Amino acid sequence: MIRLERRPETSRAMLWLTPVLALVLTILVGMVLFAMLGKDPLQTVAVIFVSPFSDLYNLSELLVKATPLILIAIGLSLGFRAGIWNIGAEGQFTIGALAGGAVGLAFHGTDSLWLMPLMWITGCAAGMAWAAIPAFLRTRFGANEILVSLMLVYVATLLLSAMVTGPLRDPDGFNFPESRLFEGSAAMPLLMEGTRAHIGFFAALVAAFMAWLLLGRHVVGFQIRLLGEAPRAARFAGFVEARVIWFCLLVSGGLAGLAGLFEATGPVGQLVPSLPVGYGFTAIIVAFLGRLNPLGIIIAGFVMAVTYLGGEAAEITMQLPNAVTAVFQGLLLFFLLGMDVLSTYRFRLRRRVRAAT
Amino acid sequence: MELAVNIILGMMLAATPLLFAATGELVVERAGVLNLGVEGMMVIGAVAGFIVTAESGSHLAGITGAAIAGAAMALLFGLMTQVLLANQVASGLALTIFGLGLSALLGSGYSGLSIPALARIEIPLLADIPFFGPLLFRHEPMFYLSILLLVLTGWFLTRTRAGLILKAVGENHDAAHAIGHPVVLIRLLALAWGGALAGLGGAYLSIARTPLWSEEMTAGRGWIALAIVVFAGWRPNRALLGAYLFGGVTILQLHVQGLGIAIPSQYLSMLPYLVTIAVLVAISASPSRAMLRAPGSLGRTFHAQG
Repeated sequence: MIRLERRPETSRAMLWLTPVLALVLTILVGMVLFAMLGKDPLQTVAVIFVSPFSDLYNLSELLVKATPLILIAIGLSLGFRAGIWNIGAEGQFTIGALAGGAVGLAFHGTDSLWLMPLMWITGCAAGMAWAAIPAFLRTRFGANEILVSLMLVYVATLLLSAMVTGPLRDPDGFNFPESRLFEGSAAMPLLMEGTRAHIGFFAALVAAFMAWLLLGRHVVGFQIRLLGEAPRAARFAGFVEARVIWFCLLVSGGLAGLAGLFEATGPVGQLVPSLPVGYGFTAIIVAFLGRLNPLGIIIAGFVMAVTYLGGEAAEITMQLPNAVTAVFQGLLLFFLLGMDVLSTYRFRLRRRVRAAT
Repeated sequence: MELAVNIILGMMLAATPLLFAATGELVVERAGVLNLGVEGMMVIGAVAGFIVTAESGSHLAGITGAAIAGAAMALLFGLMTQVLLANQVASGLALTIFGLGLSALLGSGYSGLSIPALARIEIPLLADIPFFGPLLFRHEPMFYLSILLLVLTGWFLTRTRAGLILKAVGENHDAAHAIGHPVVLIRLLALAWGGALAGLGGAYLSIARTPLWSEEMTAGRGWIALAIVVFAGWRPNRALLGAYLFGGVTILQLHVQGLGIAIPSQYLSMLPYLVTIAVLVAISASPSRAMLRAPGSLGRTFHAQG
């Protein structure tokens, strides 16, 4: 009989091996899925994993997809470590884009260097404010932050839709529900002409570096880790849980808001109701795939970007339904969580104990 | 009178999917498991119910298929959290993400199709009573099923030995294990029940309410069902109240739109979500909260020592 035994210490090797194993398993199950859909499994996998690297433009698109995922996941990972579940990043992303974008639209046609920073600050602050709602309701009234932050996703999406059909609608846009384009000073500076990759990627790297410093070198990082791993000990040590909740939600909300603003003023180029495409939810997978570790999250962000681009390529060349990408990502998260058992437990073969006669 | 009947009727229709899902999740949480994947199970139930009905032409088959599909999803969650001891919050999110993706994939050939809506059953004589007749005795069979399952759940939790054991497992899994109850098995059964009911809630949407399939048609109802369980203080009779309250908010929004008040529809559509938040806050902050305490082992991983 096989039984699980808790390891005295989390296995470091398994900690890094399990994401790789999970990825391999996801690809294998994915191949079965492709075969069931009547596609050549090997060819499909080849399309998904090769096409994103085929030319410079595709490589730049990897940066475009990875940037919001990394930014959001870095913020979420702090909270997840402390057992604080902000799953409303999608809403904070939307509000960041909306508020920061509104500033850009208000100064439409203005040509000056301060506009972009002002939009960044507004987007970030708006994301923080949106995340402050669950933080306040949790710390003041004990309301569950999971449900509150998630409900606010729907509210944010509806608010965006109301705004682009109302006050923020493009006056020359023939009544389409969309804003003016972000142009000139209000457009995200690109890394390279002819691509959509923008300087927000550096912001993602900076965020990851700051998170690494915070977790490894700063007392707040220690409080976050302790609250997640040993809440009782954290309370005995006199850490104020409310402060950690506020910190984690504000940071993750701010980063998600920033990611939303980058997306609106960069790759998308305007405010449209379809702006939130699920980065806030996919970032949850990225955070876990990266083992809630800043460096891991950067790598995971790129892996997930590959699945997005590869999924799009497979949609075009192999006629796969676009929902396949979401199934793939869901499976990956399942395998990741399921394989975690290998790092905290080990399997032991045990003979049935025979009763003494 | 006519308007009142219409409003109350609309509220009942809007509440039914929520009632299914909340009744199921209530049992799951009473067994000490927090399955946040209700939305994923509901949407899989919706697509499975629609596909099976469209292919077989039988509503009964569709409803059964939806319950089985929901239960299968829940057991996947059970495998993750009860056997592989994965974190319940994260696994629930995974179940929702996976369910939304899988349902979109399965249903991609079915959007735009329509199936005959589930017929109403008019109970003879009773259906002709003024006011109460249309409200209580002229519904689709799934409406009666939702009430029946709620009553059954209430009876099971409060009047049977098995229900008592289930609650013991939820209150303190280590103690329940020590006196010999099969914690994991009981939890898997509770999960399957919860998944089947979430699946039925989804099927109600795609078979009875609007006989159509569209992606993400559950629109957050799974999450609202989770809020209803908290609102209900983990007690079935209050779940009924909660589901009908939320159903009322949804229907209120439609009627306000109908009155022609000049508010963009998006703001009215926000109402159910905002009310959910408001209710969660009110419940969490209320002084009688001690009475509405969550099951002791809720969300904690159980690993049998020795």
